[in-house]
Amino acid sequence: MIQRDLALTALRPHVNPCDLVVAVYQSCFDWLALCPRDLNYVSTGAMGQASSHALGLALGSPDRQVIVLDGDGSLLMNLGSLVTIGNVQPKRFLHLVFENGVYEVNGAHPIPGAGNVDFAGMAKASGYREAACFSELAAFERALPGLLASEGPVMAVLKIIPGKAYPRDYEYIHSEAARQKFRHALNENPAKDG
Amino acid sequence: MTLPSSSPMSPPRGENIITQLKQAGVSIIVSVPDIVTSDGLLWPISKDPDFRLIRVCKEDEGVSICAALSYSNTRAVLLMQQTGLMDSLNAIRAIAMDYHQPVCMMVGLQGKAATETVTESASYGVRIIPPILDAMALRHIGIDSDEDTTKISPAIDSAYQSGDALCFLVGQPPVFDGGKT
Repeated sequence: MIQRDLALTALRPHVNPCDLVVAVYQSCFDWLALCPRDLNYVSTGAMGQASSHALGLALGSPDRQVIVLDGDGSLLMNLGSLVTIGNVQPKRFLHLVFENGVYEVNGAHPIPGAGNVDFAGMAKASGYREAACFSELAAFERALPGLLASEGPVMAVLKIIPGKAYPRDYEYIHSEAARQKFRHALNENPAKDG
Repeated sequence: MTLPSSSPMSPPRGENIITQLKQAGVSIIVSVPDIVTSDGLLWPISKDPDFRLIRVCKEDEGVSICAALSYSNTRAVLLMQQTGLMDSLNAIRAIAMDYHQPVCMMVGLQGKAATETVTESASYGVRIIPPILDAMALRHIGIDSDEDTTKISPAIDSAYQSGDALCFLVGQPPVFDGGKT
């Protein structure tokens, strides 16, 4: 099992200034603490919609790398999006699924099929070009450059346990200020490779 | 809130709806097929190189896709049936309304007779739509006749300028020369 905050810390140096990061729930709160940046997209609104927002961003900004920090419970609510994304084939699209087996911010109840659902298998079967599963931090760290360099869509499922508890700032993620910050940054900073 | 239709008698022309969408700068159509708009709108759009059609598995995906596209000033319309609208109400509530984002939807009213108004429809699933949208403070415009199609482009322009969500309610199957060939 990987500590979530350590996985996010490992991801941080690989995120370029122009990349778009879509994050939900506890992964979002942790990411905002570990890597605050204007191009973090945090206003996904309804549970399960991160992957669909990310696809919209990828369609609107195809030159940018899009990274989704999704949850297993969230993704279960929008499994059809895997097929939609697999069909559209966004080229620079890394979908990270943080699998802890529970609805962490809703009382830590188990998700249906906890431990038995093969998210990476579903992604492959839905048309993702690559999908892998990681339960050791070192293996994830080694794989990250390749995952980001690969033509998308790519999924990486991380078997995680909570790490350090970062504050859950719901007011910020739902705020107009967060959306305006992202909008301004997206339109002010042209995408560049690298 | 409700903008009344001018005439329920002449069916809207798909060509005119498509022209209006293009005039409004819409380049992406996101859709789950709807039998009301299938032959007269979705099939022609699927063959029109000026549009990119994104086929989604479920309508709430489209709400998110359209909202996210608006950040890059890419205009899109979500084309669906009222059943999909109903299934997507929480996403619309959160993403379009709470977040005040210009999600533009075009909804075929399956079950509405051409001779009846939406609110007086014999179909429960049809007549509840306007009051639900009113309760959500979501602007809606009836597209029941060909004359109504002229409302489309200005309404989409206005939605993207103000950031307000918008819902067209298509009350008759659009007709399109050539059908779905």
